[in-house]
Amino acid sequence: MQTEVFLAGFGGQGVMFAGQVLSYAAMDIGKEVTWIPSYGPEMRGGTANCTVVIADEEIGSPLVQDPPAVIVMNLPSLDKYEPTVKPGGVLIVNSSMVDRDVTRSDITWVSIPCNEIAEEAGDKRMANIVATGALLALLPVLTLEDVESALKAHMPGRHKHLLPKNVEALKRGAEYAKKNARKAK
Amino acid sequence: MVATIINPENLVYARPKGFTDTPSHYCPGCTHGTAHRLVAEVLEEMNVLDKAIGVAPVGCAVFAYNYIDTDFVQAAHGRAPAMATGIKRVWPDRVVFSYQGDGDLASIGMAETVHAAARGENITIIFINNAIYGMTGGQMAPTTLPGMKTTSSPNGRDVETQGYPIRMAELLATLDGAGYIVRRSLHDPANIRKAKKAIRTAFEAQVHGLGFSLVELLSTCNTGWGVTPIQSLAWLEEHMIPAFPLGDYKIAPEVAALKI
Amino acid sequence: MAREMWKGNEAIAEAAVRAGVEAYFGYPITPQNEVLEYLSHRMPELGRAFVQAESEPAAINMVYGAACTGARVMTSSSSPGISLMQEGLSYIAGTEVPMVLVNVMRGGPGLGNIAPSQGDYNQICKGGGHGDYHPIVLAPASIQEAVDLMPVAFELAHKYLNICTILIDGSIGQMMEPVTLPEMQPVIRKEYDWAVSGAKGRKRHLLSSIYLDVPTEEKVNLRILGRWREARENEIRFKEYYLDDAEYIIIGFGTAGRIALSAVRAARAQGIKVGLFRPISVNPFPYKRVEELCKQAQSFLVVEMNTGQMLKDVQVAVRNRVPVRFYGRLGGVMPFPDEFVTEIQEMIKNPGKPEDDPADLWYQRMIAR
Repeated sequence: MQTEVFLAGFGGQGVMFAGQVLSYAAMDIGKEVTWIPSYGPEMRGGTANCTVVIADEEIGSPLVQDPPAVIVMNLPSLDKYEPTVKPGGVLIVNSSMVDRDVTRSDITWVSIPCNEIAEEAGDKRMANIVATGALLALLPVLTLEDVESALKAHMPGRHKHLLPKNVEALKRGAEYAKKNARKAK
Repeated sequence: MVATIINPENLVYARPKGFTDTPSHYCPGCTHGTAHRLVAEVLEEMNVLDKAIGVAPVGCAVFAYNYIDTDFVQAAHGRAPAMATGIKRVWPDRVVFSYQGDGDLASIGMAETVHAAARGENITIIFINNAIYGMTGGQMAPTTLPGMKTTSSPNGRDVETQGYPIRMAELLATLDGAGYIVRRSLHDPANIRKAKKAIRTAFEAQVHGLGFSLVELLSTCNTGWGVTPIQSLAWLEEHMIPAFPLGDYKIAPEVAALKI
Repeated sequence: MAREMWKGNEAIAEAAVRAGVEAYFGYPITPQNEVLEYLSHRMPELGRAFVQAESEPAAINMVYGAACTGARVMTSSSSPGISLMQEGLSYIAGTEVPMVLVNVMRGGPGLGNIAPSQGDYNQICKGGGHGDYHPIVLAPASIQEAVDLMPVAFELAHKYLNICTILIDGSIGQMMEPVTLPEMQPVIRKEYDWAVSGAKGRKRHLLSSIYLDVPTEEKVNLRILGRWREARENEIRFKEYYLDDAEYIIIGFGTAGRIALSAVRAARAQGIKVGLFRPISVNPFPYKRVEELCKQAQSFLVVEMNTGQMLKDVQVAVRNRVPVRFYGRLGGVMPFPDEFVTEIQEMIKNPGKPEDDPADLWYQRMIAR
């Protein structure tokens, strides 16, 4: 079994970190995992993206052409990566930064105001975690508990006090996605 | 008769322990031999021959290790300060030195020289400035004097197109990492004695961990200059010393306090 | 030891530390900066040598000096920086001292870009610097493999008094994967009978790559070659996947090799009996094993992120026994597995002849796209 998640957004939206959270959670439950970023000039202020491959066996390609799960945190990323989602796959759209709906009908998607939900959960910088919660509600590759444990185990000490808020953001994201997802036709 | 003359109380001159019994390959009249001997004498007098590691350059002194009797490595052209850095960082308690000419140190190896000094790399460099590329046949060096004829400046160095000589001691003295930077000359016995004292101070600075030390030695290349050995000594005094004034360009207070 | 998430470049740096690297000299260049940055705090913390040099030529010559002491020493860089190091590498080879080099390849030629590439295969495997020498080159395809090969690299460098290069590309340097790091080895400072340390109680040691006496230089060349021949016998490393019943075989190293693994699985899901042969020692290249595989393979597909540099080594082994097809992406483009799957399907449809020129046919296909 192998699942790939692609995450994209502006630098500073926590896209890389969200991918790493998924990677740590996958590692902790004994999976093979590869996290690969886009790197270089685009990391410094432009768009950022990363791919996470989670598998039960040795991982081959770190990149995939048509990922079954995509998180986009802004409009340019939606425009660019909506067409790449594998038919039947999942697309999470951060509607706080996007003013249009998804046009494809062959994928399951949710338009979720990650920034606002994050702010309600206690810190607007957790939009990435809200999106991660939404993804896991629609793509059960990991459980919310797996991610919670990973956050607990790997968050740097100085950020440990943010753990309860992050767990809250994760749960709110998942709840919103469950209620508002549009299933693939 | 012979047996009665050769005895210790009559001994006034001998090969230093730090010198191998190898006939010199240098041209007759060249001052490299003098510089080599001074290094060997200093290392012997400091009793560090068995903890010294030399780095030979590319140039006439490429075979410095044939004469100076210590562990030795041989660097790529200009890279001796980098190689010395690598050795010194692994063996901080050894005495690490390079011996380089002007083309090696001030042209192709300028970056390595300047940065070793800037880092305060705790090594000693013996810098032979004879204003010419000796080994390759007398081409213009970074220290060739304006108007000086060489095989690659046949009409004399034209500063309009070939630029000016570089004064390394002055340049390096501006760097905070430099502990001891002086210029001496090898053209007569009095100056040779001063040169030896400077070499001793430079090595003592290293042994005491006082940073980068370099002794620039004005030297002759009678072959490259196309003059006799005697003429070359006079030419050095007359032309090189005005262009490269002798003196102490940087003596860190800690080095001065050694009172060598 | 527990598995931990590590970035490739940092994992390699830590693995080198655990393998007992005593001195590191480097210069910033993307995409290998994390090796330098990591060691800039890790080495001093352990009382080991670290210098950020003023240039790659300076860095490699610091390595050269440290290598002459017999210490475990390494540097890392990326393609343009590796070009700058070639002078020093040739001197190191000519002086017969050991070192470990990490090349995190990027797109070229020239300044190129910072994307993953395998364009330095020829430069790294076939020498790169002037003169006759053969560095040992290991090409891991994952972070775990890279980490496992670091202690091996130091051992091989010392065993064969040679350069041992870890050849990866920017993707392996930049990605994160769970790894189990090797145990920390103590630094072993041996007094080698060739190294410089100060001639205390022994004859002095001279280390040089200059042999003006021509017959002596010939003997030195033969000595270097002799050690290389020994390495060629003993140090072949590769990994095979799904080869038991394979009728078609993909050959790829490093990242191209791992992408091929995904392609093989996808093709197998379509019922195609295809396997993967992934050389790990790309120098020495596993010629014999590829030759044996000719008995089994109806044809080979060689995949690389270059214009077919390893392809030449495969062709030396195959010697026109069976058709070979080539597929490469260039200049920093990372291929997707689907591209390889298409190539497999095309190869089966139109196997071609053993005497075909795979690089030429691939070029024709590329410009027709």
